[in-house]
Amino acid sequence: MAIKAGDDRGNNSGMWRGESRLQKYKELFIKGLLAACAYISILTTVGIVFILLYEASKFFREVSVFRFLASTSWSANFSNPEFGIVVLANATLVITGIALLVALPVGLGAAIYLSDYASTRVRKALKPALEILAGVPTIVYGFFALTFVTPLLKGDVLSWFAPLPGLGTFNALSAGLVMGVMIIPTVASVSEDALYAVPRGLREGAYALGATKYETVTKVVVPAALSGITASFILGMSRAIGETMIVAVAAGNLANLSWNPTDSMQTMTAYIVNVASGENPAGTVQYQTIFAVGLTLFLMTLILNIISHFFVRRYKEDY
Amino acid sequence: MSQGTQTPERGAPTPKQGGDYNPRIGTRHWAARVFKVLVLAATLIGIFVLGVLLFDIGIDGIPRLSMDFLTSGGSSSPETAGIYSGIIGSLWLVSLTALFAVPLGIGAAIYLEEYASDNWLNRILEINISNLAGVPSIVYGLLALGIFVNYLGPLTGGKSILSGAAALSLLILPVIIIATRESVRAVPTKVREGAYALGATKWDTVRGHVLPMALPGAMTGTILALSRAIGETAPLIVVGAAVYMTFTPNGPRDRFTAMPIQIFEWTGLPQEGWVSVAAAGIVVLMTLLLLMNSIAIVIRNRSQRRA
Repeated sequence: MAIKAGDDRGNNSGMWRGESRLQKYKELFIKGLLAACAYISILTTVGIVFILLYEASKFFREVSVFRFLASTSWSANFSNPEFGIVVLANATLVITGIALLVALPVGLGAAIYLSDYASTRVRKALKPALEILAGVPTIVYGFFALTFVTPLLKGDVLSWFAPLPGLGTFNALSAGLVMGVMIIPTVASVSEDALYAVPRGLREGAYALGATKYETVTKVVVPAALSGITASFILGMSRAIGETMIVAVAAGNLANLSWNPTDSMQTMTAYIVNVASGENPAGTVQYQTIFAVGLTLFLMTLILNIISHFFVRRYKEDY
Repeated sequence: MSQGTQTPERGAPTPKQGGDYNPRIGTRHWAARVFKVLVLAATLIGIFVLGVLLFDIGIDGIPRLSMDFLTSGGSSSPETAGIYSGIIGSLWLVSLTALFAVPLGIGAAIYLEEYASDNWLNRILEINISNLAGVPSIVYGLLALGIFVNYLGPLTGGKSILSGAAALSLLILPVIIIATRESVRAVPTKVREGAYALGATKWDTVRGHVLPMALPGAMTGTILALSRAIGETAPLIVVGAAVYMTFTPNGPRDRFTAMPIQIFEWTGLPQEGWVSVAAAGIVVLMTLLLLMNSIAIVIRNRSQRRA
């Protein structure tokens, strides 16, 4: 900001001095300092990618990528170890699937209610309640799944309610159900933003043509907000895949390739936690497996997040 | 009312006799009512489950609470176990995390909002930050394990509070940046322009005007981010938090435990008595979170009232 000091005749009363060189350097220094803060984020991403690739590459020198992707059993600690990621990834996807079956209808329904049905007062009361759901630590959800939901399904809580009396202590179903509840706020808030962004004119046009509220919502508003709603689904899926504590506590540590939700199975995240909390010093194959599995996990969530980003951009641009 | 010209009928068209127009008004209104109940139920399901969760944990945990519980460390029997080492560890962690993440986060947010021009490099920066916000917390644990615990082991003390705090700081940094950017963006342009018009430099306006006005919002976001960090378990397990500790750490390079870690450990123990110990630990943890969130909300409401 170089403002000329003094008038055109060279008169300068001596008070306004403009920006001195010292001041200019100070400003540049501060800008550099703040920029460094921002660039730490790049360092973080570089760090994540580097450490995952580096340690995983050590693992892949022992075990071929083909074996990793194609083998159908996982037994990392046995004398004849097998490393089929499909086993762990399948568990992740089964539990994620159960969670999405819960979270998508409930989250979307809640979003519809909050954006189109609820009065302002009701909205103000219910939105914070949903946010509380999002703020509960996941270990608490895990504890709840293990000590309440599983016994409930077995019939130990209410004598008249026992749908699965033979349910094992560790099972994918309880973990999936509770995880579904955990991601309801994610789906609900992003969907609600998308529904809210639909112009009033569209709704009013439908009402003017004699549509009921139900018809307007399902045939006009939701289709109009579809890309945002899809983004919320994908974000919910990404969160479910990356979730650790609920599955580590409630779904068990038995690597088991199965589609039966009443079975116990170990997800990718539960495996990492299980190995990291045991005695596996750096340099062992077991240590390196957690980075290989971590790399797979990171890639899955990264791809999902990028896809959801595109969907968000689409719905933001339409209006 | 003129002779000769035909004026068209105004008003609702009457259905022709024997036509096939069937508005099915009754059915459609009934469907609309059912749908309304369904979406209301959807909204309440989550809240209902939350209520059941809090009730169940309260019933198990509150009876187990006592001063002894808060002041005893880990133990091998459920009757004498306490959450003291967890509380100390969590306090150490959140202090160090705040120390690292808050200045970095606010600094980065100020840079992105006030200083960065809209070129491709800065857009990459923004995309990068929003991607980092979606990375699973366990990946941050792996990052800290590989780099802070192992490669920088001599510097950080290995599986130490420092490494744990590093993992948590990096985890919540994107959250703090995004929240602070929102509040900085909310400061009216007129405030900045007024300062510039009076000859202030950029840093003068930021430090003297923009930052003070953005601070309450930034503080709210920061406190919420820190409360998330307190509840995080996975990255700490990966970094190597101890699950069984009877002594408390003396410095940032010592081994540590944390409240969520102890809860995790207790939840996994088979004896019947540990359930209530874990539940009591959860009550302590969630009370702390409730406290922090309330402070954040109070700050937000007070600043909104002043504005």
